[in-house]
Amino acid sequence: MRAPAPAYAAAGDTIAMATRAIGAGLVDAVELVGEVQLHVHRDALVPAMIALRDTPGLEYQQLMEIAGVDYPQRAERFDVVYNLLSLTRNHRVQVHVATDEEHPIPSVTGIWPVAGWLEREVYDLYGVLFEGNKDLRRILTDYGFRGHPLRKDFPMTGYTELRYSEEEKRVVYQPVQLAQDFRTFDFLSPWEGAEYILPGDEKAKPASAAPAAASPAPAALPQDKGAPTPLSADQVRKADAEGSAKEAPKASSEPYAKTTADSTADTGKGSAEPDATPKPADPDVIPTAGKGQNQ
Amino acid sequence: MSHIPGVEVAPATTTVDPYVDELLGVQSPAHPTEGDVTIQNYTINFGPQHPAAHGVLRLVLELDGEIIERVDPHVGLLHRGTEKLIEYKTYAQALPYFDRLDYCSPMCMEHSYVLAVEKLLDIEVPLRAQYLRVFFAELTRISNHMLNLGSHVMDVGAMTPNLWLFEIREDCLNFFERASGARMHHNYMRPGGVHQDVPLKLLTDIADWLDTRLPRLFEDAISLVADNRIFKQRNVDIATVSRDDAIAWGFSGPMIRAAGIPWDLRKQQPYDVYARMDFEVPVGTRGDCYDRFMVRVEEVRQSARIMKQCLAEMPEGPIASDDRKVVPPKRSEMKRSMEALIHHFKLYTEGYHVPAGEVYVATESPKGEFGVFLVSDGTNKPYRCKIRPTAFSHLQAADFMSRGHMLADTTAILGAMDIVFGECDR
Repeated sequence: MRAPAPAYAAAGDTIAMATRAIGAGLVDAVELVGEVQLHVHRDALVPAMIALRDTPGLEYQQLMEIAGVDYPQRAERFDVVYNLLSLTRNHRVQVHVATDEEHPIPSVTGIWPVAGWLEREVYDLYGVLFEGNKDLRRILTDYGFRGHPLRKDFPMTGYTELRYSEEEKRVVYQPVQLAQDFRTFDFLSPWEGAEYILPGDEKAKPASAAPAAASPAPAALPQDKGAPTPLSADQVRKADAEGSAKEAPKASSEPYAKTTADSTADTGKGSAEPDATPKPADPDVIPTAGKGQNQ
Repeated sequence: MSHIPGVEVAPATTTVDPYVDELLGVQSPAHPTEGDVTIQNYTINFGPQHPAAHGVLRLVLELDGEIIERVDPHVGLLHRGTEKLIEYKTYAQALPYFDRLDYCSPMCMEHSYVLAVEKLLDIEVPLRAQYLRVFFAELTRISNHMLNLGSHVMDVGAMTPNLWLFEIREDCLNFFERASGARMHHNYMRPGGVHQDVPLKLLTDIADWLDTRLPRLFEDAISLVADNRIFKQRNVDIATVSRDDAIAWGFSGPMIRAAGIPWDLRKQQPYDVYARMDFEVPVGTRGDCYDRFMVRVEEVRQSARIMKQCLAEMPEGPIASDDRKVVPPKRSEMKRSMEALIHHFKLYTEGYHVPAGEVYVATESPKGEFGVFLVSDGTNKPYRCKIRPTAFSHLQAADFMSRGHMLADTTAILGAMDIVFGECDR
């Protein structure tokens, strides 16, 4: 890894040990971008967490964070990610649990009391239910708030706004009124795979099958976030690990030397290796020997 | 509370008069509740506009007389939906939101975010940029602790040290202004480095300040309170937290170190050039408010030590990665080179694409572990950016920490937690 991110102990045989400790409840275990992800079925969450905390060699004593993530196109649309920290092994692990709006996740407040507020926050922002949390109230949003604001189908502007009413001498709530529409500009390169729907063409079926979706496919989002890069962060890291055995590419003395190694077959840009063959000599152009104004 | 010296209260069983028995609350076996003076618990509201609430904290306190029975903190009064807003912004546009989280230590908030983006992008950061980041992160730690130590002292009744510590904080803010152009919302760090280099005069000025003004003002102010009898009476043995409790309640930073666990992410999981730095991690012995205070005091001295090492070792060189697909070119280059102009335009409109992945990156902010859980789907905007505030787990523990203490101890407990609501409520 070249980035100066916090360096903790290598994963080692964490996945193998976790697989043994959790057993059948473990759906999947991967190491991506240097971080171990354990995907656990929600019914097996509590015994899995106890195993992760108490098994010698795993020893994840601290629950640092519970994060919700919403993937509306999935059947079980929510991922709840528990970030555990081992003080003795100096290692971190992510535990992913999938659920939907109806099926509650067993609460881990019995293992870590800190989970109380963290679960309240996920409930407040995503509407994920936690079975066994005795105090599952809203925490961040307003008293009497309706809806779960971090869901992808909740508009960024919300539904209500409040102002001080001079007539009623108090703060009143009213439907949100925007003097100007929320403006999103699509700056994505049209040749990098952004899908534009022409007016009147909405109902046309795409000729080919759906393109190979990246793991969190952005295609079905309420607001299309644009073209994915051809590589995932883990592929980048692995490619670097292979490449670092050889000598790292020297920084060119030319200020804007081409540094990316993207294949044009992936990006679809222009012809392959446009600079591979020298251009035919033009008798009107006097060669400047690399001293042109763009050098 | 305290007995009058020399007066012994005789054991109640020896009294003869039943009325005296009743006054002393002695129960007869036949009528077990007779003689009890029943006081109903009552509930009071602390905040959200109380100056000792450090912002917009509302505490619902259930009191038995003046003893706290239960604390229910209500947070979220400063919730601005930062995480939602970030999902609609490019990676570069999301950065200024981090300054507004913990507005007392903005640079450290940026630090976690840029490290998370860099981890996904896997780009190299030049050494000078790493030194500059560490340097300013430590200056931020000093300015944050000046605010917290001062307000903690003021919450328990002393006025003068706070004014002196604010002098130092003012110096820090002036240095930040000279480096980034802004006193509080710096927006200085960038994925790939920092925004701009600092002038040499600024570094020499900070070096002078570290040698002369900071130790003089700081040690003067702390000498007024560190051994002060009143200050100790208000803090020693208040809200004691054991090691096991600190772990189970997810403590971090000075809170976990005061409980006696030498856990500092700068030491254990070094990022940027912290691995090259020589500093010590102070720990407490009793885990009370006084220990938390003194851990922070020592951290200020260690931060000054790290900054001096940075100044001595900082190399010359570029201050941002030369990967033009992430870091925009300098303006002077942009005026002369067509390719630089294109890069500039693309980076300030579309932004850069971050490869898909999920990372949790946590750094040692002045208040504890500040983490960013970043989910990227490969586009130019974060799919999800979960911010792990330090205050959430600490404030949640306020209930068990305050239980059995007096109402007046609430301010000491809150002051020693070091909570800022911009970060807690996001």
